[in-house]
Amino acid sequence: MQKQWTAVIRPKNNLLDLKLKEVWKYRDLVRLFVVRDFKTRYKQTILGPLWFIIQPLFTTVIYNFVFGNIAGLSTDGMPGFLFYMAGNVPWLYFSTCITNTSNTFVNNAAVFGKVYFPRLTTPISTVITSVLNFLIQFAMFLIFWVYFIIQGAPIQINWVAALTPVFVIQMAILGMGFGIIISSLTTKYRDLQVLVSFGVSLWMYATPVIYSSSTLSPKMYTALMLNPMSPIIELMRYGWLGAGKTPFVFWGISWVTTFIVLFLGIIIFNKVEKTFMDTV
Amino acid sequence: MPEEKDIAIQINGLKKRYRLGVIGGGTLQGDIQSWWARVRGKEDPNLKIGKVAGNRNETFMALDGIDLTVYKGERLGIIGHNGAGKSTLLKLLSRVTAPTEGEICIDGRISSMLEVGTGFNRELTGRENIYLNGAILGMTTAEVDSKIEQIIEFSECAKFIDTPVKRYSSGMYVKLAFAVAAHLDSEILIMDEVLAVGDMAFQQKCLGKMSDVSTTEGRTVLYVSHNMNTIRQLCDRCIVMEHGKIIFNGDVEEAISVYMNSAFKKTSYIDLLEVKRAKEYMGEKARIKSFEFIKNKASFLHDEEIEFCVKLIANQPLSNMRIRLEISYADMTKIGISESKTFSKIDEGENEFYFSYKPGILPKGKYIIALDLYGFGDNFTHQTIDHPVYNIGFEILDNEGEKLVWNHNYMGHVRLGTIVCDNMIHLRGQNNG
Repeated sequence: MQKQWTAVIRPKNNLLDLKLKEVWKYRDLVRLFVVRDFKTRYKQTILGPLWFIIQPLFTTVIYNFVFGNIAGLSTDGMPGFLFYMAGNVPWLYFSTCITNTSNTFVNNAAVFGKVYFPRLTTPISTVITSVLNFLIQFAMFLIFWVYFIIQGAPIQINWVAALTPVFVIQMAILGMGFGIIISSLTTKYRDLQVLVSFGVSLWMYATPVIYSSSTLSPKMYTALMLNPMSPIIELMRYGWLGAGKTPFVFWGISWVTTFIVLFLGIIIFNKVEKTFMDTV
Repeated sequence: MPEEKDIAIQINGLKKRYRLGVIGGGTLQGDIQSWWARVRGKEDPNLKIGKVAGNRNETFMALDGIDLTVYKGERLGIIGHNGAGKSTLLKLLSRVTAPTEGEICIDGRISSMLEVGTGFNRELTGRENIYLNGAILGMTTAEVDSKIEQIIEFSECAKFIDTPVKRYSSGMYVKLAFAVAAHLDSEILIMDEVLAVGDMAFQQKCLGKMSDVSTTEGRTVLYVSHNMNTIRQLCDRCIVMEHGKIIFNGDVEEAISVYMNSAFKKTSYIDLLEVKRAKEYMGEKARIKSFEFIKNKASFLHDEEIEFCVKLIANQPLSNMRIRLEISYADMTKIGISESKTFSKIDEGENEFYFSYKPGILPKGKYIIALDLYGFGDNFTHQTIDHPVYNIGFEILDNEGEKLVWNHNYMGHVRLGTIVCDNMIHLRGQNNG
């Protein structure tokens, strides 16, 4: 009779084995990582969680001043401040997801080198921790949103706003997908780390965060919408403010891209995970 | 012969290869530069001077074909020198890195402690860290819940359990970490010298706990250590590793003697200049350059004088210096310390010291010396100036005409002075009564 082993360790595993079952078994660990990160991040700081608010608030003010007042870009008839904040808050979440997961291996080398647990739990917990930041920032957005409605701005909320959680989940998946690809590459090439913050800020300009896609030519518009982040930002803004509708086809394409990135990401991540301790 | 179902770990032809030297350029730019140079047939600009291009792919087998079967409930000791492959083996078993060749089949959950307090977060309290560490080692929160009282009690940290661990002493840290690992519901427990820290009482408690989990719960324990006494105490089988291979597999005592014989390098001249120091700052004011047994041998008769020469490079004039020899038995049990007299002044530059030393009390066997140069202050203060981490080996042989059976395990490592008989009086014969 063939013996049933709990685990067999071999040099190479099946590439398509995503090991998601194992991650599920360690879900308690993901939760504890989130709790840990949240508890420790703002210990021994003056402003604590206020930092979550200060950052998007200041960038929004600056965008409003530079792009709205000086450059005079169109905001689809919306109050500039709200328009920029509606783009900025989700974008900030996405960029946090990428940058924070992109150093998974390098940052956790000490722990990874000593004990085994499904490595994917680390980026997943990072992304979840960031959701909490996002919620605080989003609450701030809602306060301004209510304020501008009272002020009589032409804001029309519609059913797309109800999709907000779906948008957040998609940004989490997309951000983590890119993040873990980068983190896998940085085990060998440290200088890619520099590229990340640089690349993410460039990417923002290829996404309608500080401008509206309605001002673009049809060709440019299609190109812009192939960027998986564009439909998310535009649709979210449309849902809450009612300006600048994007066809849902592009959102479908965006989902396809998201899953491809995630799938590729996990495959590369699992491959690197096995031996990265030897190279990091 | 145990049956197949009793196997906990089965290792077949396990190999692990490491590439020597720097892997890649480390930066993408560097790699592209190297690649571009190769394409044009030019010399690689990133190669170190003096290195040949061929060196780039030189490899090193950390494990070179390991076959091993561990049965359930066994307590297996793993011994060997630094670099013999022990830690690599444990790393592969605990899935920190993947093997190059071969396979490991495991029946049961493994929990490994390659280092104490892995994943402890300094800002969190002891209790929070128990949950976190438990989860890292594969326990669910519910499982930790059911054991938390036992864990806290075992750790002896109950009073501080709600204090952030950054305020803990290192001993408490270890105790807490060990308590978590020992209470895991895993079938296989891997330990890498975690007991080196922590006080004696706790070490004994841990060893007790480990043999306990093995005998009563049938858990398998793999234990790596350089401390032969803990190996003796805990393990019921032992393997010796050398150069990535298992050179002995079987009885614990036999394994220890195999290890000691392989551990032992008798050389009469030892260059200590580049040897690692016990602490970063050591060897700055003065550095021990070399140690040499003068008669070109490292074996001595029991009552022979050991003559040796120590070369010292002093970077500044030194005063009130002493040299001492820390003598251990070959299994690293400390025996004692011998000190030189105080040198009131040592000049800057290179100095040579000729010593002779008659241990006298060391019985037949193999011993190890660690050198220590220290300043001896007015108030009997002791400040180490240099302490190269190197085991200088020497051997004591029986005096001529003497054949002594000396079992170090039972008789100790010191042959105390001869009992002197001052007088022997013959009172009467048997038949004269």
